[in-house]
Amino acid sequence: MTAFTRRTLVKGAAAAGVLSGSGLTDWARAWAQASPFKPETGATLNLLRWRRFVEAEDAQFNKMVAAFTQATGCRVNVSSESFDDVQPKASVAANTGTGPDLIWSLYSVPHLFPQKCLEVTDVADYLGKKYGGWVPLAEAYGKSAGKWISIPVAVNGGYINYRVSMLKAAGFNEVPQDTKGFLELCKALKAKGTPSGFPLGRATGDGNAFAHWLLWSHGAAQVDEQEKVTINSPETRAALRYAKELWDTFIPGTAAWNDSNNNRAFLSGEISLTANGISIYAAAKASQDAKQREIAADMDHAFWPIGPIGKPAEIQLAFPMFGMTYSRFPNACKAFMAFILEAENFNPWLEAAQGYLTHLLNAYDNNPVWTADPKAKVFRESAKRSFPAGYRGPINEKAATAIADFIVVDLFANHCTGKEDVEGAIRVAERQLRRIYR
Amino acid sequence: MTDAALARPPARPPVREPTAWDQLKVNRNWLGFWFMLPAMAFLVLFLVYPLGKGLWMSFTDARIGREGRFVGLENFEWLIEDSDFVRALVFTIVFTFVASAVKFAIGLYLALLLNNNLPFKAFIRSVVLIPFIVPTVLSAVAFWWIFDTQFSVITWGLVKMGIIDRGSPINWMGDPFLAQCVVIFANIWRGIPFIAITLLAGLQTVSPSLYEAATLDGATKWQNFRYVTYPLLTPIIAVVMTFSVLFTFTDFQLIWAMTRGGPVNATHLMATLSYQRGILGGNLGEGAAIAISMVPFLLAAIMFSWFGLQRRKWQQGENND
Repeated sequence: MTAFTRRTLVKGAAAAGVLSGSGLTDWARAWAQASPFKPETGATLNLLRWRRFVEAEDAQFNKMVAAFTQATGCRVNVSSESFDDVQPKASVAANTGTGPDLIWSLYSVPHLFPQKCLEVTDVADYLGKKYGGWVPLAEAYGKSAGKWISIPVAVNGGYINYRVSMLKAAGFNEVPQDTKGFLELCKALKAKGTPSGFPLGRATGDGNAFAHWLLWSHGAAQVDEQEKVTINSPETRAALRYAKELWDTFIPGTAAWNDSNNNRAFLSGEISLTANGISIYAAAKASQDAKQREIAADMDHAFWPIGPIGKPAEIQLAFPMFGMTYSRFPNACKAFMAFILEAENFNPWLEAAQGYLTHLLNAYDNNPVWTADPKAKVFRESAKRSFPAGYRGPINEKAATAIADFIVVDLFANHCTGKEDVEGAIRVAERQLRRIYR
Repeated sequence: MTDAALARPPARPPVREPTAWDQLKVNRNWLGFWFMLPAMAFLVLFLVYPLGKGLWMSFTDARIGREGRFVGLENFEWLIEDSDFVRALVFTIVFTFVASAVKFAIGLYLALLLNNNLPFKAFIRSVVLIPFIVPTVLSAVAFWWIFDTQFSVITWGLVKMGIIDRGSPINWMGDPFLAQCVVIFANIWRGIPFIAITLLAGLQTVSPSLYEAATLDGATKWQNFRYVTYPLLTPIIAVVMTFSVLFTFTDFQLIWAMTRGGPVNATHLMATLSYQRGILGGNLGEGAAIAISMVPFLLAAIMFSWFGLQRRKWQQGENND
């Protein structure tokens, strides 16, 4: 804690003065004049968003909200819910026809009730044209039946986190970018007494990321384009066998890991390599503890290795925003979505998120957050390298259920822990998928 | 009386026949009903309706945000062949049985100890309650740390004592069987105070004169317990164990905070599996079916204690009913 002295107070006041007189408000006014999206007079928006995990990101977001209100006169009330609670709230709102005007959610939520979502094709086209086009993942998450029903604002990328010195000690200079070489690396790390570890427990983010990468990188998928269950395939068998070999090089206990275990194990030096967002690095870098800062200096990030499928096959967490058809202020909804994705707003916001969040509009590749620290660079690509949830099937509530029920995670966990053989693990997953996709 | 009757004016209209409504208003039997009505409304609203709704939902394919279609027994047919459900069912029964038995044994022992004249009696009795007072989630998080595979204080201690090797820690939460033992242990720790304190209250109602009489007749300590304490305590035991079994069978918080049902669904109880499938997976119908499947077991537990343990024969230890 910083002690408050007269000096810090004066500094703070000066900083506040700079901000309130900053260009953001002036620019916002000009934007409101010129924009094709004009809020209804007297409009008020209620926005429900996921609860932030980077404080600076939230602060910057609130600044955008304030600038929007000043420029357009449209008030925006922001409320937030934890990741797990956004979807139930959104579903109830869609069902009852009352609730927030704008919802900012996870993964495939708008696809649970596409007919209740405001069509935003005009906003998406406007932004796409102005900012170098959308990445393909954005269309997968944003479009339903050819129409845009949500604006995918950002994704949260997760990649391989590793200790540079431990990799060197094991005879590697970097993380091999193929699954075979990656297995060799993990074997060598274990032999050196600095094993790797990936969660196969109830880890919604990191566990799903690991399991889906295992499945997809081997060319397997839970369903095909027509939602026919295809988990019972030679590719899945190959993925399971590979996973088992990899599992044998892990530190014990990862079947019980949740989303925070790998962060802790990595930061305490128990493991040399895992998969995570940029949060381990950010926390270590900002830590008061010299040991943690040493870890930050000694770590780096790498892409998920490419498997037999021959191209990147990752799952990254998307954050789409959508308006509701019951809202009395559809134009204000559109104006707000367009407003926050304008460069003057989006660039500072992306920087404030410190690499936790990645854009889906190509023009933001040039944001300084990706070049200021070379260790953040891989996260720039996360939207381009990700498959949508439920791949190869469409994004819908069935895909959302399969993720929520940890079907793919349990497929690998069942086999790796020795509970089921290859055929047994596939049989369990296939049975559950058939019910979800009936 | 007669005068008063004669003085009555003849023009008075004939006595009105009491209507059904009048009867409802003043009839004593109906009055009882009216007084019960608020309580009944309360029960119907908060007990019967949710239970009925749950039962109905278990016969539908309802999902979050969408009414379901009636699908008959489809949910139950699916579940009976679902290995995770069967495992959860078996584990719930084992969990309840083992935890309740151990809780009862230790709780009774503690109660007998606390019933003696100890120094700082009041203080010790309140200390015993601590596991019960601490919020479940807090104690679960503590257990989670104690049994974390990487950071377990037990493993750490054993490593420091040179008993196990640092490179091969005990896989507490990662191994399905050990994880099951850990959650049972945590439940026992949490449940003992309830049983101990309630049985203690029961012990204090036993009149000392009975012990005096028994001792004069030459009863040993064991005989004192077996033929005086135990029969008099049976009604309390029946109530306590009914509640204990119900609480244990429906435990949710502890499991959810510690393991979320993992590893590989080994520690799912029916309550947690129901939440996982119904709320997180969005499949309300299936979740409701899992929850409804708990009802027969709970009913059986209640029947057992009320019709079994409550019989006078059991209470008195004699054939006198």
